[in-house]
Amino acid sequence: MGYQIPRQKADRLFARLKQNYTIYAPKLFAGDGCFSDTDIIRYGKITDLDEIEWNRRSDYSFKEALLAINEVLFYFTEGETTVPPCPEKKLLIFLRSCDLHAVKRLDTIYLKNGAEDFYYSRLREKARFVLMGCWETCDTGFCASMDTNRSEQYDLYLKLSGSSLWADCKSEELQPYFAEAEGTVCDVQPDSVTENKEKVTLPRKLSVESFQNPIWESYGSRCIGCGRCNFVCPTCTCFTMQDILYRDNANVGERRRVWASCQVDGYTDIAGGNSFRKKQSERLRFRVMHKIYDFEKRFGFPMCVGCGRCDAICPEYISYTNIINQLAKEET
Amino acid sequence: MKNEYIPFPSQVREIIRHTDIEYTFRMSFSGSVKPGQFFEVSIPKYGEAPISVSGIGAGTVDLTIRRVGKVTAQIFERYEGSVLPMRGPYGNGFDIENYKGKELVVIAGGTGLSPVKGVVDYFCEHPEEAVSTTLIAGFKSPQDILFRQDFERWESALQVIKTVDSAPEGYRGLTGMVTKYIPDLPIVDVSNTDFITVGPPAMIRFTIMEILKRGVPEQNIWISHERKMCCGLGKCGHCKMNDTYVCLDGPVFNYAESKHLID
Ligand SMILES: Cc1cc2nc3c(=O)[nH]c(=O)nc-3n(C[C@H](O)[C@H](O)[C@H](O)COP(=O)(O)OP(=O)(O)OC[C@H]3O[C@@H](n4cnc5c(N)ncnc54)[C@H](O)[C@@H]3O)c2cc1C
Ligand code: FES
Repeated sequence: MGYQIPRQKADRLFARLKQNYTIYAPKLFAGDGCFSDTDIIRYGKITDLDEIEWNRRSDYSFKEALLAINEVLFYFTEGETTVPPCPEKKLLIFLRSCDLHAVKRLDTIYLKNGAEDFYYSRLREKARFVLMGCWETCDTGFCASMDTNRSEQYDLYLKLSGSSLWADCKSEELQPYFAEAEGTVCDVQPDSVTENKEKVTLPRKLSVESFQNPIWESYGSRCIGCGRCNFVCPTCTCFTMQDILYRDNANVGERRRVWASCQVDGYTDIAGGNSFRKKQSERLRFRVMHKIYDFEKRFGFPMCVGCGRCDAICPEYISYTNIINQLAKEET
Repeated sequence: MKNEYIPFPSQVREIIRHTDIEYTFRMSFSGSVKPGQFFEVSIPKYGEAPISVSGIGAGTVDLTIRRVGKVTAQIFERYEGSVLPMRGPYGNGFDIENYKGKELVVIAGGTGLSPVKGVVDYFCEHPEEAVSTTLIAGFKSPQDILFRQDFERWESALQVIKTVDSAPEGYRGLTGMVTKYIPDLPIVDVSNTDFITVGPPAMIRFTIMEILKRGVPEQNIWISHERKMCCGLGKCGHCKMNDTYVCLDGPVFNYAESKHLID
């Protein structure tokens, strides 16, 4: 149901939500960008509606709310292992339509590819999603081309505009908060863009022959293997295991999984000095083919949601959208 | 829900020493398991290593481990009378049914013999279930030969070609790469002959070339792939090739279905 809620009452509503939910949303970290005098927008816990960055796309995605950058799987002492408890509170995650579509990709890997993942699944059950609208396109995104510019799968849609909070609540669980917020019932439709500056056509005739395309070398030769494209991507899910020992007691430590990048050295190294993708061009090919071909072949829909973050973050200005469009053009 | 990441303790029941750096660890395990599947041996503080099942007994599985680095060194340092944490089994493994009633040729290089050893053992105990069973096993040198006691058993029931790449003068056994013995293999009916080949990537490549020269159909060839694996559960992504996860869909693959896989 839709509501218009005056700002003061909205703050009270938010305070009540906060009691029962840990709230993750994109925040502006002024001056924290990679270059001097630049900002960065990434996810963090918030306690106030005004902490949310409503206008600009976040540089990093929401995924760290469900998949921590490093996540303790268990603590160990000499003979025992202890699994850290799941946070008790439920999660309320603010995100845009492209990212909400990415949740389906994360679910696919962590819940459907083989057995369900214990850690993901216990957090995912607690996660509720708050859609943030997009009223104008971001610079590098191409959600309209990927059909991810709209989403119906939200629990709640929120928009802060003028002196009101506009809401569309689909979730029964959240409904009581709105019923008692003393807002006006009205029709609220999520803002969404229908066109982006960047337009992408997915190649539809890719095959194993595409692996031999010279395009990988021509773009990949510029890649420095920093892995940022993976870390900002809302659908990249790889991790590496890491055992950590505590300095004050070498018998005690923890096993973690930490985000991994298929672009970075070591990703395919096995004992005996073998490694399967030594060249950056092979790694770039691996990433792009996964996003637009391999994943779809396995699960029936493309992995990429068109958020455009990888193009925005690349220090070498390697354009993923150009690669895709060129591959599509070669097919005509 | 089961937390797959937590290893269970498994008792080391017996150690079989093959070489200085290759031992078989007979571990207690009573679940269902197939040859060619693997366990993650999981040593807190040091990490995990995927290791193939090299033998299956009553209440035990064998893991034949080559000491090459951090985790495997720990296994060698601490096994005596001990318990090793592990998790698994993972992967598809070999399906014995595929090879019954066939002429079966197993070609293995070095520790590559581990994952297929269960298949060889099976047809050694039930030779009548295959038309014939041949094992071609290659090792670097006479010192590197694994499973010496098993070879005695196998040689009495199967056709066995045990070869070393190079040997000191006076060595009485066979020498040369495994590929050298493929052209002269007696094969009655290529369409009813299955090959299994496991070993280093280069060995697999050349072996398949030789097998194909014999006119064996691609779908009669089986391989087991080794890739980096951090989970064994289809989550970490490291083992992926094209749309295939080696840990879930493999490590055993039919050649006809997997030859298009590119890293
Ligand atoms: C399906 C499969 C079956 C295998 N079966 C056997 C076997 O029966 N016997 C045997 O001796 N070896 C086997 N291996 C290889 C064995 O897993 C590696 O030798 C072992 O992981 C090396 O670990 P390490 O820490 O001792 O070596 P290091 O070189 O110190 O390795 C450091 C780290 O690299 C990683 N690593 C290295 N190689 C691999 C690998 N292949 N897969 C995943 N991670 C790796 C590990 O995370 C390890 O912690 C198998 C590998 C695979 C994928
Ligand atoms: S080993 Fe992790 S996905 Fe296969």
